[in-house]
Amino acid sequence: MVEAQQDIIQKKETKIIKGNIAAAYAAKSARVQVISAYPITPQTTVVEKLSEFADKGEMPGTQYLKMESEHSVMASIIGASTAGTRTFTATSGQGLFYMYEMVHWAAGARLPIVTTISSRGPAPPWNIWADFTDVISCRDTGWMISFASGHQEIYDDILMSYKICEDHDILLPKFVAYGGFTLSHTSKPVIIEEQEDVDEFLPPLPDEKGWPHIFLDPERPMMHGNLIMPSGFYNEFRLKIHFTHTLAKQKIKDVSTEFEKKFGRSYGNGLVEEYKMEDAEIAVLNYGELAMQMEDAVDDLRNEGYKVGCVKLRYFRPFPTEEIRQIAKKVKVLGVADRATAFGSPTGGPVSSEVLAALYGSGTSTIILPIVMGLGGREVGLEQQKNQLKVLNHLNETGEFPKDMIEGTFWDGLLEVD
Amino acid sequence: MVSIKEALEIGQEEFFLAGNSTCAGCGLEIALRWAMKALGPNTALVTPASCLNVVVGLWPKTAPNFPFMNMAFAAAAAAATGVSAAFEVKAHRFPGKVWEKMTTLVFAGDGGTTDIGIQGLSGAAERNSNIIYCCYDNEAYMNTGIQRSSSTPHGAITTTTTLGKERYKKNLPRIMAAHDLPYVATCSVSEPLDIYEKFKKAKSIEGCKYIHILASCPPGWGIASEESVEIPRLAVKTGSWILYEIENGVLKLSKKSKPLLDPSKRAPLIDYLSRQKRFSKLSEKTLIELQERLDLEWSKLADELSCQEHNQ
Amino acid sequence: MNKVKWKNICEDKDKRPEVQEYKNWQELPPIPISLPIKGSIGTTGDWRTFKPVVDRETCTKCGICWMYCPEGTILRNEQGEFEVDYIYCKGCGICAKECPTKSIEMIRESEV
Repeated sequence: MVEAQQDIIQKKETKIIKGNIAAAYAAKSARVQVISAYPITPQTTVVEKLSEFADKGEMPGTQYLKMESEHSVMASIIGASTAGTRTFTATSGQGLFYMYEMVHWAAGARLPIVTTISSRGPAPPWNIWADFTDVISCRDTGWMISFASGHQEIYDDILMSYKICEDHDILLPKFVAYGGFTLSHTSKPVIIEEQEDVDEFLPPLPDEKGWPHIFLDPERPMMHGNLIMPSGFYNEFRLKIHFTHTLAKQKIKDVSTEFEKKFGRSYGNGLVEEYKMEDAEIAVLNYGELAMQMEDAVDDLRNEGYKVGCVKLRYFRPFPTEEIRQIAKKVKVLGVADRATAFGSPTGGPVSSEVLAALYGSGTSTIILPIVMGLGGREVGLEQQKNQLKVLNHLNETGEFPKDMIEGTFWDGLLEVD
Repeated sequence: MVSIKEALEIGQEEFFLAGNSTCAGCGLEIALRWAMKALGPNTALVTPASCLNVVVGLWPKTAPNFPFMNMAFAAAAAAATGVSAAFEVKAHRFPGKVWEKMTTLVFAGDGGTTDIGIQGLSGAAERNSNIIYCCYDNEAYMNTGIQRSSSTPHGAITTTTTLGKERYKKNLPRIMAAHDLPYVATCSVSEPLDIYEKFKKAKSIEGCKYIHILASCPPGWGIASEESVEIPRLAVKTGSWILYEIENGVLKLSKKSKPLLDPSKRAPLIDYLSRQKRFSKLSEKTLIELQERLDLEWSKLADELSCQEHNQ
Repeated sequence: MNKVKWKNICEDKDKRPEVQEYKNWQELPPIPISLPIKGSIGTTGDWRTFKPVVDRETCTKCGICWMYCPEGTILRNEQGEFEVDYIYCKGCGICAKECPTKSIEMIRESEV
């Protein structure tokens, strides 16, 4: 970061707030017009804070809908967005599962809805702690999915999301996910940007006509969603959603650059963020809060003389295939660490399976080590992550895989009681 | 009440365009035609999975000449809540425009209302979302091929109650009234002008309004298409389907049902049931039981009305 | 990669195409849009087996047929008389059944 940018940042007001509160501030900064919510742990304080803003009159003209279920939350958001307003909601785990039908609907209607997910482990058994299986289960819905690895990034990524989603070439909904409790309920300094700066950065709120492709306007009656025959371009409309994801990669990079120019904070190229990868021989890829902590592990091991680096995966959808290929080419061994499950998939971890698919045909001889860890909020400490790097280093030096491999995947940190 | 003469003058515009794929003699179409005549063009309609979102036509053509939104089965009332909220946002941002005059209407079948949609509907009702929710009740899942719903009456044959339904029809208008709604009404497609009046009134009231319309279905009920008005009329005449309004908690019988408080004015229930193939497996014993049940319902209704009068 | 630009067919009501035609997926808008049109499923008059014919002599122009017609295919002309839109009338027969003066007869199409 250049000094001038640091200077700008130092002048700004910072608040020591929880991740959920940062999300609420972002929604307020984005001047969302319709908020719809239903309580679920660990998301609840997002909507509580927004409720407080609304009740204090700090969000004039905003409608706040208190719904009776998550299914209804997403349905109401779809209704409000279809009628041409900027919308926001937040949920977690079971709540996301319950709204799943409407999640597909939102993407099918190409509505630029932004939703934050304080991720938690799926039940049963009940679990409320960090685990990204919830948001990753929306892999094939057509939503964009990003991970925030820190408190400031939650705020920043929500702002960037509106700019990406509302672009007329994109028009897709997006999830911004971060770990339940690990980020949602811990406090860190977060810069809340001046309203006028945010207004300058974001596209203007939709005008009277609403979105360009869908609206509820008596002057221009139209219908979306009625039956389409197998011969009637259904196939092609689905292709358009996929193709738009490929277009969105460039948009994400552009918005990330614009964001850095405007606010002085950068997140790699938008899709991935590399750390000390220039001369790294081994690296590990993470997402969410553990990607942030991995940077400390890399620093420590660098001090011990290891040539290690790490990669923060910011986007799961669209998947940064090209970036992953380039990263794989740089190193000899790449660990891919999932705090989520993809049962029955090639590796058991969703991102490691994707990485393997992305590398197919790229000619790389890089060894990939799939890692699954930290499910349901199981603590993954700095020492454990340092050890993961050492395991990768050992693999690089000797070709030996760790002893705890299960069907090709390193399930790190499994409990064993004597 | 508006007369046909007046309706002919003010109600010429058609909003649900002809040449759509409703069956000949479809009760739903009569209900929607008259609801829309009352509400006019500044209406956004939300419909969940139902006959309605099929009969509108196949992409890229459609019958409704007004804003129309298709929705998932369970989600119509919630989506309408969002639409209505967005109109309020727009009315605030763009004052003096059409947005402050918009009506948000749900048109849902009995399955989408009394079964899968009841949670969302109950939520909208409790929040008093500014919508009109209309259930067109053809008393089974007609769109998927005549399966029983909780609104199917006792004894009716459907493809999932081949011997006749054992349980009784869920009384949804009364469940909605229990939400303390500003307006609840029942209608029958045999009384289009009554539909017109009740939607006009609902439009003038702020908050969540619920209207339940008995809508005949020739293939589902086993009646000829030309009987689609006559049979629901018999439902009213026999007292089997009661037309009323509940405005701010006050129950009022509508014109065609009010005289039926006198049991001698009610046609025997068999006049209604015997005309429909769906009741062809009713035993004589069941028929007698159903008539007794109906008479009891009416005497309870009479008690309720006299109690209400006493308290006023 | 070339950006795909889609044609906005519903921006302006007056500029809407009569028929939506697309050659390939690149030309499609983001979502399938259906526009209101009479005869969305075709000329439904073809469905009829029986055709309603109004007897002008006995018709009292009461409007009951117009009121009950589900399809809105009974039209009132300038003289206040009722005509059937045979292009779309599905021939359900409600008008004939409900007419108080029995002024509408359902005649088998093959006998017309």
